[in-house]
Amino acid sequence: MTAFIFRRLAQSAGVIFAMIVLVFFGVNVVGDPTWILVSPDMTMDQIEETRRGLGLDRPIWEQFWIFLKGALSGDLGRSFVHGESAIKLVISRMPATLELAIVALILAIVIGIPLGLYAGLKPESRLSRAIMATSILGFSLPTFWVGLMMILIFSVTLGWLPATGRGTTSSLLGWQTSLLTFNGWSHILLPALNLALLKISLVIRLARAGAREAALMDYVKFARAKGLSQNRIVGVHILKNIMIPIVTVLGLEFGSLVAFSVVTETIFAWPGMGKLLLEAIQRLDRPVIVAYVIVVVVLFVTINLLVDIIYSLLDPRVRLSEAQS
Amino acid sequence: MSNLTHQAAAVQAMPEETAFRRFALRFAEDRVALVGLGLVALVVLLALLAPWITPQNPYDLAKVDLMDSRQPPGEMAGDGFRMWLGSDGVGRDLYSGILYGLRISLMVGAISGLIAASVGMAVGLTAAYAGGRTESIIMRIVDLQLSLPTVLVALILVAMLGKGVDKIIFALVVVQWAYYARTVRGSALVERRKEYVEAAQSLGLSHSRIVFKHILPNVLAPIIVIATVQTAHAIALEATLSFLGVGLPQTEPSLGVLIANGFQYLLSGKYWISTFPGIALLVTIVAINLVGDRMRDVLNPRLEK
Repeated sequence: MTAFIFRRLAQSAGVIFAMIVLVFFGVNVVGDPTWILVSPDMTMDQIEETRRGLGLDRPIWEQFWIFLKGALSGDLGRSFVHGESAIKLVISRMPATLELAIVALILAIVIGIPLGLYAGLKPESRLSRAIMATSILGFSLPTFWVGLMMILIFSVTLGWLPATGRGTTSSLLGWQTSLLTFNGWSHILLPALNLALLKISLVIRLARAGAREAALMDYVKFARAKGLSQNRIVGVHILKNIMIPIVTVLGLEFGSLVAFSVVTETIFAWPGMGKLLLEAIQRLDRPVIVAYVIVVVVLFVTINLLVDIIYSLLDPRVRLSEAQS
Repeated sequence: MSNLTHQAAAVQAMPEETAFRRFALRFAEDRVALVGLGLVALVVLLALLAPWITPQNPYDLAKVDLMDSRQPPGEMAGDGFRMWLGSDGVGRDLYSGILYGLRISLMVGAISGLIAASVGMAVGLTAAYAGGRTESIIMRIVDLQLSLPTVLVALILVAMLGKGVDKIIFALVVVQWAYYARTVRGSALVERRKEYVEAAQSLGLSHSRIVFKHILPNVLAPIIVIATVQTAHAIALEATLSFLGVGLPQTEPSLGVLIANGFQYLLSGKYWISTFPGIALLVTIVAINLVGDRMRDVLNPRLEK
């Protein structure tokens, strides 16, 4: 087991290093950020000075070494625009994004599972067909446009929910959260629902497939023979069994929620990492782009690592076959 | 003699034709898919005919009048035609803008799909045929690529490369090729073990001939399915990137750019600028997906639905 974890850790470190190299050189191929920072009336000497201040006059390999040394000590340079430490900037925006992603995940489960269960247990009913058609639509709809339409309907036309921002946040154990106030909830509902759309469709499909399979199992027949109520059979026995694959898939999908939040945060002006990334891209704020990518890659790799380890704990065959190959 | 050759030709042509006809007939059994196919045809036709069926060329700055900007649907333009879908922030007729936008969106989707399919097929076939170390290295890269979320990869790539049609196509190819490679490898692995490949090998045919002339035609069906679904994805992704302002420039207004332009007016109730291009985008994507879904069902009889 220890060997398995070590091998996985080494692989993860390799992936992170590869991404750091790719992103650093990729970002450095693009334009010269000095020109964003200088004003037109500066002399050439002053411009050179600025460039030297950013360390951009050195050869790229040297820049990479400085960068790598910094990265290992948690310093990814300063944001050209904000003047703050890039990594601190990204991490300071992380709670907002994680909060949004977690609420979206919960919405996906709360909305997706009942609908999927229903569609799986009564596959021929009209409502089930409607649910499945909607879920296909959910896969096809471009998220950003649905977000716009949500704003148009719920904010502009009906005026029920605010369209932008995060609302009042309050501090809970050092975490600024919008989940403690009504105002906060009214702000998070639309963006979270927008972000959750794809995942709702996914959960509906998984729950439906699981329920169809589970309904034919012996334990369900047995429960029925014992005279348990339909509610108890569905709510306890079937639900428990279909939750395992759903939770696994959603665990892996969490990373894609964080990635997709770039789109949702931009539409709803949600002050998270994604919005920060887009602003950084538009202003060629290299250190922030690099810091964002590294933070997200570390997040992804950690999630995958955890899922792998939990899996191998639950199912010894995984690590045995791994050891053989 | 001519009769004989004619017969021989007919015999040769027969199996192909019936296979296609069988496919077409089975495809047509599903009415929703037929509607999807009709819509795809309609959208492509509208895009192709855009210059002849629109009242205004949205690229021609001389024709676009700022006085006409932000007009609600149904208003008359200064040039004397009715703008059935209204106009956008710079005075472009939205109906014309949408059809021209469709051209760009479809073109970007199709070209990136074609390139990605070619790259993916070449890589997937190489992996399956070469086997061993080459295969495991290629598949590692494919897995890595597939584990990264497409939006993020495309966004970062475009951020590095800058705006432009060629750049966005490159980014779309990068995020798509791995899907093709994985699918092609999977099917090619099955084909490789079949006797006709063994026969070709024992005839001493070259590797490239066996791969491209013998294996490739037999793995085309799943590629076509992936291609339809991926094209829809590519169109949606391009629209998303353009909407975020990092995709296509204002000079090449795809549907995403049009929607982005309307975003700033949305909060003041000018709904049409974002809504109508969005509906065009939605219809396109859903129609392609419907066709793709049905093709998958027909071409893959093992899949129960």
